[in-house]
Amino acid sequence: MTSPLAFLFNEEHEMVRRLARDFAAKEIAPKIKELDRQQRFDPELLPKMAAQGFLGICIPARYGGAGMDYISLGIVSEELEYVDTSARVVMSVHVGLNSLGVFQWGTEEQKQRFLVPQAQGERIACFCLTEPNAGSDVQAMRATARREGDVYVLNGEKVWISLADVADHFLVFAKTDPQADPPYRGISAFMVTRDMAGVTTGSYHGKLGVRAGNTGWVKLDNVEVPVENRIGQEGEGFKIAMSCLDNGRYTVAAGALGLIRACLDASIRYAQERETFGVPIARHQLVKRMISLMVQRRDIGQLLVYKVGWMKNMGLPHSREVALAKWFCTDASFDSASDAIQIHGAYGYSDEYDVERYLRNSKGAVIYEGTREIQQLMQAEYELGLRKRPRLRCELPAYDPAEWTGET
Amino acid sequence: MKVVALIKQTPDTAELPKVSVDEARSGQIQTTMVINPWDEFAAEEAIQLADRLGATSVAISMGRPDQTDALKHALAMGIQSAVLVDEAVAAEGDEWTAAEALAQAIRLQGDDVQIVLAGKMSVDGNSGLIHVGVACKLGWSLLVNVTRIAEVADGRITVERSFEGGQEVVQVPLPVVISVAKEINEPRYPSFMGIRKANRAQIPVLGKDEIPISPAPPRARWENLRKPEQRTVQVKIIQGATPQEKAAGLVDALLAEKVI
Ligand SMILES: Cc1cc2nc3c(=O)[nH]c(=O)nc-3n(C[C@H](O)[C@H](O)[C@H](O)COP(=O)(O)OP(=O)(O)OC[C@H]3O[C@@H](n4cnc5c(N)ncnc54)[C@H](O)[C@@H]3O)c2cc1C
Repeated sequence: MTSPLAFLFNEEHEMVRRLARDFAAKEIAPKIKELDRQQRFDPELLPKMAAQGFLGICIPARYGGAGMDYISLGIVSEELEYVDTSARVVMSVHVGLNSLGVFQWGTEEQKQRFLVPQAQGERIACFCLTEPNAGSDVQAMRATARREGDVYVLNGEKVWISLADVADHFLVFAKTDPQADPPYRGISAFMVTRDMAGVTTGSYHGKLGVRAGNTGWVKLDNVEVPVENRIGQEGEGFKIAMSCLDNGRYTVAAGALGLIRACLDASIRYAQERETFGVPIARHQLVKRMISLMVQRRDIGQLLVYKVGWMKNMGLPHSREVALAKWFCTDASFDSASDAIQIHGAYGYSDEYDVERYLRNSKGAVIYEGTREIQQLMQAEYELGLRKRPRLRCELPAYDPAEWTGET
Repeated sequence: MKVVALIKQTPDTAELPKVSVDEARSGQIQTTMVINPWDEFAAEEAIQLADRLGATSVAISMGRPDQTDALKHALAMGIQSAVLVDEAVAAEGDEWTAAEALAQAIRLQGDDVQIVLAGKMSVDGNSGLIHVGVACKLGWSLLVNVTRIAEVADGRITVERSFEGGQEVVQVPLPVVISVAKEINEPRYPSFMGIRKANRAQIPVLGKDEIPISPAPPRARWENLRKPEQRTVQVKIIQGATPQEKAAGLVDALLAEKVI
């Protein structure tokens, strides 16, 4: 029988989904409650994801990747976050925000030096844009990169950096021209490595959610970064950051879709077991309403996310579409998690059930990689003709199975 | 040498309770179908043995011609080729008929098949008889519940088997049919490259022409098929001010139920 989703997914995608689902169920689900309680990042997670090829899933085989397409990246993100957000964050940051950025903007030599070990999972990568005084307002960043001969000297502080304490490679954005007008033209991108003198990192505790994930700060104190580590040209940093976000947001949206499904499955299970007034609560109309809203969010989210996956495969620019998918799915996952707790009543309010973790985890994604408000402004501005997506000097390459797999 | 793994496609165990009696009767099951979990151990062992012995691995499954998911999973794990036996060849039959069909399919793989591996049972059929029947039909040695394959040399195979409270080492002449225990290995996940290969693979289907089975009346047939009654379970939480009081309450309750 043909699947009703055959227009989105082929058989290969279905197998990728099953693989990611099994992986998450066996490697993450059994420990996640405890790790979340202890606010501990599982040191075994990255090696296991690497061994499975997740860390280079949609990178061509010639750069050490698994040569799968962008839809597969979405599927793995979705299935990982079905179990826990912390594992999906790895896909967003290591693959989406960093590796795909190098793949898109890096020189061949940089791809060999950075992308190959990242795709193979030998080096872990993160993305350093946010600063204490620059979140949504990226241009307000204060980090500087001063050219001195063959090196740039980087100074600054990056905060709220996912994988800060476990990463080896840091894609850092800093101003090479602090006087530039408009200021975004003064931003450049650099690959900083942990072995460089002057790099220090630390982790945060006490986050609302993603407690099994690592988030922290990165300090750069007169770090000498070779010119060969500059990604793109001087002044191209803002565009690079935005195209990295096109990739990261896709994985965030796909992950949020997984979270919606997790909320729905938990709610259906519980609503059929729990009885009030002599019937399972699933029979009450207002409970049905909460379930139907989750179904609606899941089905809409799926179309938005995988439309973007398809656009990526085709090499079409998709900044607006991915921002919309990210906005819709993250908001929808927060609402679904809140309803899932409501359906569970008081039991949902304790960590005996998973739904409270879903709610705590869902909130972050409404903030990071562009807050809900920033996504909303973008949608209106595109529609009003106030914003245009420029053609980029380097666009994300379209998916080409023969070239990416090296198989015929 | 060839190593064969027998693979069945069964409903996902998480979804087994959803399968209705009508679906089971007609064979048109609507739930997600996957590789029988016990057979994953057989597939893994076949891959490892083929590596160790420089042999080739083949997965054989019996099912509907469109049911290739389990075989594709085995291919994606690293099994080198796959063959599907159309279940129509054993229509109306029982386990004995299925064993005959599989034995014929194994013979069709050539004389160099020396080892056949199977899971200990299927999560839907639960008979645990198929590999026994296959060994009978082929007239080969049979080893069940194998936890380690120690050595294959000079036409003989040495394995470890576990049984209630012990382990034993046994040696039998090849060819052999083996059912594996879950302790034998840890099945790998499919690789991305394997997934791509599996999707490109052509899986030949063997039908009545290749596997003729004389229509002997099945020895066993379904008289009735039903789901067990839902059991009603009562949960009682023993209250008490101190752990001692709670323990005493628990002992009383267990005595009252004649559990102890
Ligand atoms: C768990 C987590 C992980 C993160 N990981 C990373 C990472 O790996 N790398 C990285 O660089 N950063 C990361 N971040 C930082 C994240 O990207 C920023 O928090 C986000 O961009 C928002 O910036 P801010 O926190 O400074 O909020 P602000 O920009 O100060 O915004 C505060 C509020 O004002 C609203 N607002 C701001 N400007 C406008 C406007 N023009 N119109 C309307 N409303 C507006 C915002 O929507 C928000 O509600 C992470 C954050 C979290 C929580």
